[in-house]
Amino acid sequence: MKHLSLAEAIEQHVTDGACVALEGFTHLIPFAAGHEIIRQRRRDLHLVRMTPDLIYDQMIGMGCARRLTFSWGGNPGVGSLHRLRDAVERQWPGPLELDEHTHAGVAAAYCAGAARLPFATLRGYLGTDLAAANPRIRSVECPFTGERLAAVPAINPDVTILHAQRADRQGNVAIHGIVGAQREAALAAQKLIVTVEEVVDTLPPAMNGIVLPHWVVTAVAHCPGGAYPSYVQDHYARDNGFYQRWDAIAREREGFLAWMKQNVLEVRGYAGLLATLEATP
Amino acid sequence: MSDWTRDEMMTVAAARLLWNECVCFVGIGLPSAACNLARLTHAPDIVLVYESGTLGTRPSVLPLSIGDGELAETATCVVPLPEVFSYFLQAGRVDVGFLGAAQVDSYGNLNSTVIGPYDAPATRLPGAGGATEIAAHARQTFVMVKATPRSLVPKLDFRTSAGFLDGHGARSRTAMRGAGPRTVITDFGVLTPAPESEELRLAGLYPGVTVEEARRAVGWPLEVAPTIETIAAPSTHELEALRALNARTREAHARPVRPPT
Repeated sequence: MKHLSLAEAIEQHVTDGACVALEGFTHLIPFAAGHEIIRQRRRDLHLVRMTPDLIYDQMIGMGCARRLTFSWGGNPGVGSLHRLRDAVERQWPGPLELDEHTHAGVAAAYCAGAARLPFATLRGYLGTDLAAANPRIRSVECPFTGERLAAVPAINPDVTILHAQRADRQGNVAIHGIVGAQREAALAAQKLIVTVEEVVDTLPPAMNGIVLPHWVVTAVAHCPGGAYPSYVQDHYARDNGFYQRWDAIAREREGFLAWMKQNVLEVRGYAGLLATLEATP
Repeated sequence: MSDWTRDEMMTVAAARLLWNECVCFVGIGLPSAACNLARLTHAPDIVLVYESGTLGTRPSVLPLSIGDGELAETATCVVPLPEVFSYFLQAGRVDVGFLGAAQVDSYGNLNSTVIGPYDAPATRLPGAGGATEIAAHARQTFVMVKATPRSLVPKLDFRTSAGFLDGHGARSRTAMRGAGPRTVITDFGVLTPAPESEELRLAGLYPGVTVEEARRAVGWPLEVAPTIETIAAPSTHELEALRALNARTREAHARPVRPPT
């Protein structure tokens, strides 16, 4: 484990063509890391996320992705992800291959990946067209009962990136609140980068809290505010207003590109973006 | 209080279907308002489960997403997402799944994936999320959908979540443990499955709505149950609780959040 700057962590560990999962279920979405990937112009990524959310809308619209594994691709409570839709419906800025699942399916695939099993089984995808649309959704017969169960391949990202409340000097990472499938996505990955709100000398013992121990963590980057406009329990609230405004920002290509240029490409790191937004009435 | 909107009536009618102490898996949007209205009126001990892992949550305002901090802060417990779907939903520990969808067909199957062909969609919708397995494993489901010519259709463009499949007992011959959709709540009234065919038919109308209006709103030849219930208008108590919830929600969502610096 190394403490790195976010720019160094992305530079050293996220390569063109890699399979990358930026996880965080509504809570703790690693926006700053996504922006750094956009600024460093990574291409042909296989992006994995249960809910692509605004961060993958931005990465897809900026041409970072060739493939998307996901289970729900909307702007929660608002509507569409317009950049994701443009990529799927009109191949802009390029074609995007979909590997589409359900939440239960992706959750099971992360669990299998974390355990280094080849696939996961579940009673899933029943009575739907999902398996016909995705050849990676198959079935397997239970060797004990003969029941047919759905099978999905394990997800093992080259790199998983999370945002968390705290890390200590040694690189142990503590997460609390809504934790989604972050722990499973972290342990399924070859490399794990975590951005954190604060770095402390030592974390208190967490009997049942989620701690990612330092030897499964590749790099920690101190990045306060790095989950905004999503939120960090006990640090800052979700900016629901920004999620609502994103609908208009992302609806047309020109407006989207102008926003990204002004707020991502031409700012120095996430502190720069937050300062810009702070100054905007 | 007689001055109510169809949207309010729809939410109230949906809320009344829930009972105290039932364990209810809540979809975002219309279902979230209905489930919280039930909790704030006749079902104070209802257990609301959101897919973000918040069990037994009691939000004072409606969340915009299924993972707003409000849900975690007011929950009995917060569990990892894989556990919600495997240990609780798939294990049969959910009484009611409350879902919305872009399209509903005559057998209560749902589409939230695409309009048009999957590989070249006219409209790409968000996709399944939790709905597919909620529809399969919750002991029963309620579905909320506003009636438009494109929402209540004879045939789906894509089946994201199973209702009664092709009807006539098709669902019961699968591995799905849940009984399927018990009621579809629309903005004109409610539909329920007919006993043999399992086709959705008109079972209840809101005050002032006619059978003809319901037939015009549905994309298949709508059969009518032997008796059609006239669903009671919202009570003063129900309307006040719903309007206060919506007002609190609007106020909370409009509150500016300063980016952390």
